[in-house]
Amino acid sequence: MKVSHKVVLHFPPIVVEQPVIYHLARDYDLAFNILKASISPQEEGIMVIELSGEDADFQRANDYLAKQGIRTQPLLQDIRRNDDRCVHCGACVGVCPSEALTLERPSMRVIFRADECVACGECVPTCPVAAMELHF
Amino acid sequence: MAKTLEEINQKIRRGQVVVVTAEEMVDVVAEKGPKKAAQDIDVVTTGTFGAMCSSGMMINLGHSRPRIKFGGGQVRLNRVPAYAGLAAVDVYLGATALPDEDPRNAVFPGEFRYGGAHVIEDLVAGRRVLLEATTYGTDCYPRRQISTWITLSEVNEAYLFNPRNSYQNYNVAVNKSDRTIYTYMGTLKPRLGCANYCSAGQLSPLLNDPTYRTVGIGTRIFLGGGLGYVVWQGTQHSPAAKRNERDIPVAGAGTLAVVGDLKQMSARWLRGGSFRGYGTTLMVGLGLPIPVLDEDVAAQTGVSDADIQAPVIDYSHTYPNREPDVITRVSYAELKTGSIQVDGKTIPTTPLSSYPLAREIAGTVKDWIASGKFELSGAVAPLPGAESGMMAGPMPDHAPDKTE
Repeated sequence: MKVSHKVVLHFPPIVVEQPVIYHLARDYDLAFNILKASISPQEEGIMVIELSGEDADFQRANDYLAKQGIRTQPLLQDIRRNDDRCVHCGACVGVCPSEALTLERPSMRVIFRADECVACGECVPTCPVAAMELHF
Repeated sequence: MAKTLEEINQKIRRGQVVVVTAEEMVDVVAEKGPKKAAQDIDVVTTGTFGAMCSSGMMINLGHSRPRIKFGGGQVRLNRVPAYAGLAAVDVYLGATALPDEDPRNAVFPGEFRYGGAHVIEDLVAGRRVLLEATTYGTDCYPRRQISTWITLSEVNEAYLFNPRNSYQNYNVAVNKSDRTIYTYMGTLKPRLGCANYCSAGQLSPLLNDPTYRTVGIGTRIFLGGGLGYVVWQGTQHSPAAKRNERDIPVAGAGTLAVVGDLKQMSARWLRGGSFRGYGTTLMVGLGLPIPVLDEDVAAQTGVSDADIQAPVIDYSHTYPNREPDVITRVSYAELKTGSIQVDGKTIPTTPLSSYPLAREIAGTVKDWIASGKFELSGAVAPLPGAESGMMAGPMPDHAPDKTE
């Protein structure tokens, strides 16, 4: 069964030099789309990546990543809206690049769809009432 | 047959008042016409919830032992400087004040996470706030330094005193330059990448009484979740702004100065706000009832988003340089579709004030009136109208001469 997951990969320093993504594509037949990468040799690297392929390949790839010492976590957990704080002003909608934040009309309420979110983080400082939270 | 305010208030006391929100009134007037609407409807309620920078609280801390006099010294609340140039323990804290140590835009764009507005929210929410002061001593006020936690319930007066709230219409902000800019109208993408607007439109208080027939000094309002009053025109009140054929301003026009007891307000309706690259502000919930005295008032409260136009203005060059250019005008109906046409380009629109909360405020005032809890107060003095010719002018510009 074909699956598609957005995951956050945490690379320990020693693994940063290895072509991990190349192996994911070539050895596990996963199509990849890198959404964000922040890696330096001195510190842990973080990559937000969308991986698509067969479910079985995805499971084997997860084992490979774990063996490399790479921690994975689903992206869904990374940006959250605090519904008690949100005032539905709409300021976040203007800066969201993936339409995870949209306005429902005619109610004008702000809708947050976590599975569309690419965790770019723009909404976090843009929200006037600090309702968007970034969790890594 | 016109109604009087007293007749309407009698109906409120008897539980017989017919009250609708300004949003509901759009349909009432559209279906029945203003004359029948004026007969059937007694009160129309309005609401708005958005950033209102010219807001702050007046607070009397009570006297210490020995006494201390803040005026001429320095006062901070949770590290945010407050204004102390009044009597001994009278202090004013404005929404946009920042702690000395806030880096502001040193690393651009700054986040401005905590300012005067957040202190106000903390106090209204029941949280404690640190009061610190240093000052010179006098024989009658010998103490020169103090540091104490305070909460809202422990102080004497604490009232919200907002010199400019409830703007009657406002700009639509765009950015013509090549780089993203960070403004009080939000983050604006380059090359007309987005258009940001800030108004409750057909729910907005002053857009439902555009010539200030009923709203005036003394009007009782919903403010921050409690009761408040209009006390004066707000700063930059510009009733002589250009108006359309319905007498509705096509740019920012009237404003209100409002007061209310902070102790009966709620943090749901008073929120500290941070605008990236700009600063802090207070997001205020405000609403007011309009007595439907006659057909003209009914017609005006029937205003819809399609009847209200706002000016699209470039915030990268035009606004900062105080130039008058207006790119085009669009209605709030167009803005709320999610995109507008500017210079042949389709631009996505983003609101900055909360229409859902504005709707809730208008609904709350409606419930208060229907349940007999809230009677309308008439204005004791009018706000300056268009016939006054009043328009906000520029700052005096007379550079001091070295030879003087």
